[in-house]
Amino acid sequence: MKDMIMKNRKRNLVIGTAAAMSIAATAAISAEVSDATVSVKAMADALHLVMDSDRSVYTKKIVNRLVKKEKVIKASEHFEDDKALVLPAQMFRFGSELAMKRAEKLDDVNFSYTLQSLWPINKQNAPKTEAEKIGLKFVAENKGKNYYTTEKLGGTNYFTAVYADTGVAPVCVSCHNKHPDTPKKDFKIGDVMGGVVIRIPVDS
Amino acid sequence: MGNTTIKWVVWIVLSTIAGVWLGYTMLSDTADKTLFMPGPLTPGHHQLAQACDACHVDAFGGGEVLQQSCVDCHGKDRVKPFDSHPSKKFKDPRNAELLENINALQCISCHTEHRPEITAKDGLTQPVDFCFYCHQDVAKERPSHQGMGFETCKDSGCHNFHNNRALYTDFLIKHLQEPPMLGEMILPVKEFVNVLEEIVEYPREKYPVIPLKEKDIDASDRLNGKAEIKTDWLETAHANSGVNCTACHVNQSEGAINADSETINASWDNHPDHTVCTNCHNVEVERFMEGKHGMRLKQGLSAMTPALARLPMKPESSHEELTCSSCHGGHRFDVKKAAVESCLGCHEDDHSLAYKQSPHYLLWQKEINGKAEQGSGVSCASCHMPRVNHDVNEWMSRIIVDHNQNANLSPNTKMIRSSCQHCHGLEFTLDALADDSLIQNNFSGKPGVHIPTMDLADRENKRRQQEAAKDDE
Repeated sequence: MKDMIMKNRKRNLVIGTAAAMSIAATAAISAEVSDATVSVKAMADALHLVMDSDRSVYTKKIVNRLVKKEKVIKASEHFEDDKALVLPAQMFRFGSELAMKRAEKLDDVNFSYTLQSLWPINKQNAPKTEAEKIGLKFVAENKGKNYYTTEKLGGTNYFTAVYADTGVAPVCVSCHNKHPDTPKKDFKIGDVMGGVVIRIPVDS
Repeated sequence: MGNTTIKWVVWIVLSTIAGVWLGYTMLSDTADKTLFMPGPLTPGHHQLAQACDACHVDAFGGGEVLQQSCVDCHGKDRVKPFDSHPSKKFKDPRNAELLENINALQCISCHTEHRPEITAKDGLTQPVDFCFYCHQDVAKERPSHQGMGFETCKDSGCHNFHNNRALYTDFLIKHLQEPPMLGEMILPVKEFVNVLEEIVEYPREKYPVIPLKEKDIDASDRLNGKAEIKTDWLETAHANSGVNCTACHVNQSEGAINADSETINASWDNHPDHTVCTNCHNVEVERFMEGKHGMRLKQGLSAMTPALARLPMKPESSHEELTCSSCHGGHRFDVKKAAVESCLGCHEDDHSLAYKQSPHYLLWQKEINGKAEQGSGVSCASCHMPRVNHDVNEWMSRIIVDHNQNANLSPNTKMIRSSCQHCHGLEFTLDALADDSLIQNNFSGKPGVHIPTMDLADRENKRRQQEAAKDDE
């Protein structure tokens, strides 16, 4: 009986030590991982990849499929009043606004992003800062290239990245060409129609 | 003791008394703190004069604490589509420079409290042409606005800073050419009974939704032969849907249901208040406490009374306390009475007094006398506590009677969608809401003013049609 208790104690000790070691190892790895840094450019590129993929999926698999192919529902800027799908640009903005609101509660997460265009339907989505003006022009004229710069807004320094936003589906092009407030009516599929601007605050 | 010493002693004693008294007043939960108020409150907040901490929640907080207090009560209306200038729009760094003119992230930038000398309608403390700060270029974007002064932006029927749900261009165009009276003039029907299944918090286990008869009364010994109470209750939706005497009169948290009469007696409440109604009608009570009728209760103050009001009220009802049963009446819960007679029992302004001579009242009489169909009459509540599709939580909405009568009150164009538009064309509505004398006589007659909003919408619509025709060619 005594032996058995000793045996059990020994086993518990072994298990305990192993557990402690593995926790220590995990902690060491976590610290290493969490301390690793990613460049702001890589962070912006990764963020853009996620948002652009989600944006394409919503546009193709939801809006274009249901509006153009199945023809069962409309997409409308006034989606609540018209009981319709939200427009892809609105979907993008709502996600951006929600992300910003959630980021307010996280100490080490800080970034913002907007969808803009040199030919905006909503005038508030026209480029405003110098970086936006130059960046949007650059990505429209240099297909496949992104634009990176830094700028100071409201006393804060930002790393600012601009990515082309391309009309991937027929709905993108037809709606923008037909909208009563559009300044450009000859978009074609594959055209750069605007750009995504991502901002990450950086130390000066 | 010299003269100077006496003066010193008197000074110290008086100062100590004053210090203790001020300190007590500042720190006590019950003392009247209006002494410390820097200036009278706006009509929106005057009821809360005794509840400084309703807004000033933390003695050591800065502007962000005050801002949170605004959001706690008004935040739901600061979300799109109810608000054209939601705070999230200004949190974007690219709009940082706009905030230098007006800090739109802080409510008090435009709604400073305690400053009656600069406070205009709706609690606005900015100059009336403040839109200029951000919209100088409006005429370039909208040539139709060329030559219009910035002091006219917020004229009735044009723009509101916050709620433009009935004033945006596409909405106006959709409602062009409507006649003053629409074909079908019927108000929405509330949905409580139909959606009972969806209301997860409904105490259906204790009170199954089945009609109750006289024999089912679970506190008959309490009636003491008061036949009227019994008759009243039997004729209501309460009896019809399983809500027995103990549901309201016994504190539900004590598990007194199906208990013996001794337990029931111990926790019996002869005058249940709004907290009891909350058990089933939580949305209605919540909205009631967000409006002027219930906002004092929300802050833990005594109930609102007409004596405390700034609007003209009937002197004989000065001390009536405002809770659910003051308008609905216990046991009978007469919603028809609550929709007209209860209001007129207190309110004595020109608009209220003129109601019974109005065409709206004629329609109401026809409905309650069974001569016209349900929803065709227009009571006080039809406009001021309208039946609206309300988000009862993040995932669901249902048609409720909005008991926050301030939600659509001012600017009055907020009333268009929730009330007027069920029966009237938009152009007629805009004109009527801009006509002060018509409002005063409670809409007896036709609008005497014309608002150019729909003319602008008509022109914009024609421009769009021409553009579209050009594109087709």
